[in-house]
Amino acid sequence: MKEDQKKIHGIGAEFNNAQELYVAAKKLRASGFKRWDVFSPYPIHGMDDAMGLPNSKVSFFSLCGGIVGAATAFFLIWYTSGVEYPLVVQGKPHFAFEPTFPVFFEITILLTAFFTVGSMLVLNFLPRYYHPVFNWDRFAKVTDDKFFAVIESSDPLFHEAKTKALLEDLGGTHVTLIEE
Amino acid sequence: MSEQSSTYFGPAKGNILERRPLVSNNRSMGWITAHIAGMLEGKMPMWWLIAVVITGVWALLVPLELTYLVSTGVGIWGSNQPVAWAWDITNFVFWIGIGHAGTLISAILFLTRQKWRTSINRAAEAMTIFAVICAGIFPAFHVGRVWMAWYLAPIPNANAIWPNFKSPLLWDVFAVSTYFTVSLIFWYIGLVPDLATIRDRATGKFRKFIYGVAALGWRGGNRQWRHYEKAYLILAGISTPLVLSVHSIVSFDFATSVIPGWHTTIFPPYFVAGAIFGGFAMVLTLMIPARAIFGLHDMITRKHIDNMAKIIVLTGSIVGYAYLMELFIAWYSGNPNEWWAFLHNRIHPEAPYAWAYWSMMFCNVIAPQLFWFKWCRTNILAVWIIVQFPNIGMWFERFVIIVTSLHRDFLPSSWGMFVPSVHDILLFFGTFGLFLFLFLLFLRFLPAITIFEVKAVLPEADPHYVDPHAKGHQH
Repeated sequence: MKEDQKKIHGIGAEFNNAQELYVAAKKLRASGFKRWDVFSPYPIHGMDDAMGLPNSKVSFFSLCGGIVGAATAFFLIWYTSGVEYPLVVQGKPHFAFEPTFPVFFEITILLTAFFTVGSMLVLNFLPRYYHPVFNWDRFAKVTDDKFFAVIESSDPLFHEAKTKALLEDLGGTHVTLIEE
Repeated sequence: MSEQSSTYFGPAKGNILERRPLVSNNRSMGWITAHIAGMLEGKMPMWWLIAVVITGVWALLVPLELTYLVSTGVGIWGSNQPVAWAWDITNFVFWIGIGHAGTLISAILFLTRQKWRTSINRAAEAMTIFAVICAGIFPAFHVGRVWMAWYLAPIPNANAIWPNFKSPLLWDVFAVSTYFTVSLIFWYIGLVPDLATIRDRATGKFRKFIYGVAALGWRGGNRQWRHYEKAYLILAGISTPLVLSVHSIVSFDFATSVIPGWHTTIFPPYFVAGAIFGGFAMVLTLMIPARAIFGLHDMITRKHIDNMAKIIVLTGSIVGYAYLMELFIAWYSGNPNEWWAFLHNRIHPEAPYAWAYWSMMFCNVIAPQLFWFKWCRTNILAVWIIVQFPNIGMWFERFVIIVTSLHRDFLPSSWGMFVPSVHDILLFFGTFGLFLFLFLLFLRFLPAITIFEVKAVLPEADPHYVDPHAKGHQH
């Protein structure tokens, strides 16, 4: 394959600190881009609002996990100790809520944790070993002390020269084309 | 030397209530990355190699003892009637309690926005996991035929029998296994962005691949961070009732029985406070040397140690209150068996285990009161020495509860004393080797301080921060 035939993933710009990135994110949002993201070594407080992102859906899936866990636990305990294998222990009823609460509680917590982490990974499209942004050598600093913004070429407003100029206007340095 | 540059107890300038910085000496983000990641890059110091060999051999006691136990029988331990639960359950409760500090730091202090937790949570959570591993060994092998332990799980089997969900021992199985699983998940999710840091700094191909796989391809995009933060918050939210439930359920093993000395309603809160107390003592025991060896003084400042010492004096006082209240109720309830168990088995100078009871009282109630004095909280050596008392005392607490209650039951003809066998001692000793060995490996292969969270508590991490030294404002 020839060099110039390589597909472009997007254009990235580097910023020196969270303040610059925050301002840039607000302006990029105002410009109407859809497929873009800002990258930082730590979660920046208030960045969701700056980018106009809605609240994360993870909590909804956690609730689902809790409900599934509670239902599973209830059915498991009720069916095994109340129906399938009733065991007389210390004259207690075969099934009662009080003595089975601890196990019920623990299974609910366990399933909530699984759903929380599972939904976080799915919503983030993780695990994913390879990603085009890793082709950009400067991007390795994202987990150290540099801040980045990347606009993807699949964005309807993407225009190689104009987007590049915009990122430079916003104070981005090392504005680079990232190959797919 | 950087101790001296810390201004924690220097003269207050201007506003006396001004907050002390969480990271001293105005360290930059790059410095934090380089310093923490540097701990596991390059060659480890010679002391580490020596220590890992010693603890590795020491930890071998665990598989050796367990092999001997499985091939011979539980009779090699000193547990026998009337003391059928002895060191095994004492050690189980001791180790599981140590884990609780890690979850308190990672979950409860997170929910209460105690930002100082960021530089100690990773190592404390690692301790949680290693302590639960050590804890799980004891009850698993105490069942006798360990190869039948899977009967504890609700799995359909050829005999068509199911576990008894009304038994506190089964509650324990679920509580401890859920606690281990959720703690591991919580720890790993917290590690992902830091593993990405190690991946991005890696020079070798193999190292990059291993850490790259472990980091799940983390990129640090804000679209990822928002889901990540929400998931972390929820995990903290569910870990909080979880950690409180675990030691409550462990205490139910005793509290739901009818043995005098065990049958008390105060046990759940008393066990939870004791667990956090003992756990913080262990965190300080390991963090103070690690801080000195790796030069972490700017991230684990005196303020962190001071805060942990305050938590120890608080929880130690709660534990002391619980001891006294338990004693008072034993007398006030008018139950002769209960009062007898306390008076003649524990507190009376002629009680056979009075030495254990009073060691516990001294170590857990008296010794930590020294932390009311600022001098004791700020002298690092004094802190390290004082926290050894809770370490010892919390083991004695479980020993007192279990052994002194069991050794004299309702029939004087069946009274007896408990003497640990050499295998009791070697296995318990071995679990310390295992714990330290795992901790040393952790220091070698994983970032011991949460890199991304420490960066996030720097003043310049705030998107509205204005650098006082910069020329003019940025916006």
